Amino acid sequence: MSTITTPTTSKQGPQKQGRQKQGHQPPRSRRRVEPIFYLFLVPSLILFTLAITIPGIMGIFFSFTNSIGIGDWEFIGLTNYIAIFSDPAILQSYLFTFGFSIVTVIAVNVVAFLLAVGLTARIRMKSALRTIFVIPMVVSGIIIAYVFNFLFSNSLPSLGAAAGIPWLESSLLANPDLAWIAIVLVTAWQAVPGALLIYIAGLVAVPGDVYEAAEIDGASKFQQLLKITLPLVAGYVVINIILGFKGFLNAYDIIVGLTNGGPGTSTRSIAMTVISGFNGGDYAYQMANATIFFVVAILISLVQLSLTRGRNAL
Amino acid sequence: MTNQLMTKKSSSKVERVNWPATTVLVLCAVTVLLPLYVTVSMAFKTQGQAVDGNAFSFPAPFSLEGFVQAWTLTNFPVGAAMSLLVTAGTVLATIILAAFASYAIVRNWERRLFRYSFFYLLGAMFIPFPVVALPQIQLTGRLGLDNPFGVILLATMFQLSFSVLLFTAFLRSIPMELEESARIDGATTWQTFWKLIFPLLAPMSATVGIFAFLYAWNDFMMPSLIISDPAMQTLPVRQNLFQTQFSNNYHVSFASYLMAMAPAIVAYLFTQRWVMAGVTQGAVKG
Repeated sequence: MSTITTPTTSKQGPQKQGRQKQGHQPPRSRRRVEPIFYLFLVPSLILFTLAITIPGIMGIFFSFTNSIGIGDWEFIGLTNYIAIFSDPAILQSYLFTFGFSIVTVIAVNVVAFLLAVGLTARIRMKSALRTIFVIPMVVSGIIIAYVFNFLFSNSLPSLGAAAGIPWLESSLLANPDLAWIAIVLVTAWQAVPGALLIYIAGLVAVPGDVYEAAEIDGASKFQQLLKITLPLVAGYVVINIILGFKGFLNAYDIIVGLTNGGPGTSTRSIAMTVISGFNGGDYAYQMANATIFFVVAILISLVQLSLTRGRNAL
Repeated sequence: MTNQLMTKKSSSKVERVNWPATTVLVLCAVTVLLPLYVTVSMAFKTQGQAVDGNAFSFPAPFSLEGFVQAWTLTNFPVGAAMSLLVTAGTVLATIILAAFASYAIVRNWERRLFRYSFFYLLGAMFIPFPVVALPQIQLTGRLGLDNPFGVILLATMFQLSFSVLLFTAFLRSIPMELEESARIDGATTWQTFWKLIFPLLAPMSATVGIFAFLYAWNDFMMPSLIISDPAMQTLPVRQNLFQTQFSNNYHVSFASYLMAMAPAIVAYLFTQRWVMAGVTQGAVKG
């Protein structure tokens, strides 16, 4: 699961704790770290370095070579990077992934916000409904994609034929122009709960008397929603948009289960092109692709940090 | 008279309970449940009924044929054992490693090594798996970790950031006085951790554990790329069998999907408190 944080906030806490500790303990023990604390920390550091840092460095290193994954290789400078910028397959995967992510982020946030407003209103069966709405989050992406795959290629066309809607009579997934809609629908189906829970947390924090005052001033429910609720949860909107966008850029499981990148290559995500380097023999080339993708991910994280900094009050 | 009373009563209720909103939400809940209903009903159909084209019909008669065939086709006992191994390993390793590291970091925050380690471990939140996947496949292959244990290692390391974040936030709120009184009683740091700190971390461990569980149990991408021997694959990866062969035995494939999905849904129903808390804390408190 992806999360969001502002290191500055996290920093303040432990620092405070550290100062407290210093105040309580005799100065001598402040100077020396108990060896056991290294024992607590070092295994994580070693495994993390082995599992993530070294592969990361390896990837960047090999992106400047012509390695095919095994055997001899030599440095070829920026050749891979130059080739990527004129590779229609990779450009298409970026275009698809960004387009799909933007549409999904909008769909997820509109639906999640409205559901959250409903779930915090005076309704019946509140906790049962909340329980149901979170279920998609805990279901395996690939398996639910297989289930939707069946519905899109069997049930929906027969419904379309019965209703006489021509474009629905054939499978959405077989249509290069429409297959992305199916991917948006299933991804949104699974991503709404996370955004919903965050919006509920935001809405619960809005004091009720604000609405009472607005009611007395004659504001309609819709005006209240637009002029009071939305601005008050703006911080949560930002969090949900960035969290969602970062997650959708990595799209893989659901696409594999629905279209496997097809028809043709019309729904191939960035992650899928990168992984194709594993079988396709263009290992170093796809490492360069992954490195570019990494830079993109870092840039988005920097935007995230600059937008969420100073929102400690949330 | 009675009628009047009743309408009066229900009209005053209309102001209190928002029925339009309730109705809309119930309809939305149906769209959530529909794919799950289709999965369950298809799984219990006979082959004849499963291919008749109506996915929404109720199974008549109820048949366990799909489950029986799915059990042997996907070699379910082995798949379930592998999924269980990966999940249990990831949950345990994540809780223990993250709790250890977080305790060391928070108690030694004034030391540069510990402070930098915190940001270092948090760094994984900015590295998506696809970026490092190719070298990881190579490396796990060379180290003999192209099996469920390699998945445990990688999954744990990707879960570590979120878990360390939650644990450190919580540890900061535990007053030092509590630990000092334990130390005055002669407890070592090791004993203090296990007797005092770890039990106090229980609610956070529940959240960290359920997220590690859901990730490890449901993930397709990582095991499909890291585990090289198909016989050692986890349940989600085994389902691709029905995309290539047996693609028309819908009752078998849906029975298989159901067996692979159900444990996560059941686990969620029992731990929803921690699931819901984890989403909010991970995103907002940070």
